Amino acid sequence: MSRSGVLWAILPLVAFLLLWETVARLNLLPGRIFFPSFLDTVVEFYQLIADGILIASFWRSLVRVLVGFFAGSLAGFVVGLLMGWKDLANKAFGPIVSLIYPIPALGWLPLLMLWIGISEALPIAMVFIGCFFPLCYNTAGGVRSVGENFIRAARTLGASEFEILHSVVLPLAAPQIFTGLRLQAGMAWRVIVAAEMVAIPTGIGALLMRAESLVRVDMIIVCLMVLSLMCFLFDRLFLSMERAVMHWTRHGRYRASQY
Amino acid sequence: MGGIELRSIDNFICRDINLTIADGELFVLLGPTGAGKTTVLNVIAGLVAYKGSVFLKGDPVDRVPTSRRGVGYLFQELALFPHLTVTANIDYGLKVKRYAGPDRTARVRQLLTLMKIEHLAARYPQDLSGGERQRVALARALAPFPEVLHLDEPLSSLDFGTSRYLRMEFQRVQREMGITTIYVTHNQREAEEIADRIAVMDQGVVQQVGTPDEIFFNPRNGRVSEFLGSPNILPCEHCRDLGHGLVEIRTGGLTIVVPHEGPPIEIVSVSPRDIYVSPTSPPGPALNRFKGVVTDIIPSGLATRMTLRVGTHSLIAEIPSEATGVLDLSVGMEVFVKLKLKWLKTFPK
Repeated sequence: MSRSGVLWAILPLVAFLLLWETVARLNLLPGRIFFPSFLDTVVEFYQLIADGILIASFWRSLVRVLVGFFAGSLAGFVVGLLMGWKDLANKAFGPIVSLIYPIPALGWLPLLMLWIGISEALPIAMVFIGCFFPLCYNTAGGVRSVGENFIRAARTLGASEFEILHSVVLPLAAPQIFTGLRLQAGMAWRVIVAAEMVAIPTGIGALLMRAESLVRVDMIIVCLMVLSLMCFLFDRLFLSMERAVMHWTRHGRYRASQY
Repeated sequence: MGGIELRSIDNFICRDINLTIADGELFVLLGPTGAGKTTVLNVIAGLVAYKGSVFLKGDPVDRVPTSRRGVGYLFQELALFPHLTVTANIDYGLKVKRYAGPDRTARVRQLLTLMKIEHLAARYPQDLSGGERQRVALARALAPFPEVLHLDEPLSSLDFGTSRYLRMEFQRVQREMGITTIYVTHNQREAEEIADRIAVMDQGVVQQVGTPDEIFFNPRNGRVSEFLGSPNILPCEHCRDLGHGLVEIRTGGLTIVVPHEGPPIEIVSVSPRDIYVSPTSPPGPALNRFKGVVTDIIPSGLATRMTLRVGTHSLIAEIPSEATGVLDLSVGMEVFVKLKLKWLKTFPK
């Protein structure tokens, strides 16, 4: 990033924090208790870490997100790959996936509560569902979008079906698969917080609800900031992975549709 | 026997195709767009369904999958893998066929040298020019030691200079490797220059097979002659050797100089597209330049055909329609006619 780029990334944030601090300090908004200053929030952040509450809650949520995310992604990837590569699989799974995909992940909560009960498996199952469908869709779409000419070229060069799949189709479908991964990384955090707020008494969502009942706005803001940071970091993580894997897309006049 | 044999090939485009292509031959499939030329290549490569039999090197391959037919295929759209470098593209076929590491490296280096693209080894296809991509694609097709090479309109997307140069390169590589090659094109001149034998295709049917001369001077039916455009034939009445590979002939009151060596000439032919017509005297030497009269003008699509009386000959000339307007030609007009030396073809007795 250039120097002016760094400046532009930081300046608006600093201005916002200053404004926040000023408005809170000067009591420009009624009810100090509902509107803590930025520095108060930072103090609360430190306090929550020192008490171990934040770390413990965050850790639980993180583990749930990671387990659900990896299991959901893996399953979504495999099913999406099958659907994109084999017409029969697409015919078999396509209609079912199309019907289930639009259901909001949270809509599953009541059903899963009855089926699974209030246990550690519940939030993981929620994240699993939230991750499975976007990746399944994007993988299938990405695989199908790979030009038939590349597949024919690989075939005439002597490649088996498996070799065509892993050495031609997957690399060329990777841009769309990564779009799916990034999309669902955010989705996983949204789902986990909602599930913890409604059904599970632990994790960062539960901490949010506890703060609400204690009227601890500073604590709420700390939790929201942690969530925002996590979504941002996940997104960046996949973006940098994407860049490392697909360095070739930055060459010349590459357009996904062109070759 | 080696080479390729097709027996009674039928599918959704091709009808009853029978062809025998000799080992090491450079065989051209010539025909208009939609004639079924590419489909014949796809049949041989096993990329489309068909009835009938394909033999490669004498063995039937109808039950052999594409990946094991040993066909090197240069697709019209090239289909270079954008995620692999030039080296990795060329190496791909060797890798999937499990050649040993050192053999692969040696083969890739050999092809980079053969195609004169060593300096492009680390680049990605999207960083190359059209002509460079063609070379890489050919190197990739040749890498896994194919029995047969398919070239599908390999030069159609390139500018004139590049395509002419690459055509010679293709010919050189084909001769050096001695690989049986089928070359698909809709360009008559390309076919004429490169082919050992030509098959003219139209509407999914092979209309005629023969050497370039047989095809261009004895089109077997209306379809072939319509596609090729029948040439002007000038019988030689007298001929005199000028030395330096040039011969002067007299025909119908004209004296024409033609490039020729060997036995006396019987006829000279010139394609309607190779006659230069202009109301004013064309630049350059007066060699093979005559005065004539336009006797008829027939506009037809992209080209305008006209009949010219030159000496006692009636010649057909064809010029692009957009040039007709600029030249402002009309029937009865006196014009200069120039026969381009290098496109005059001679046929000895």
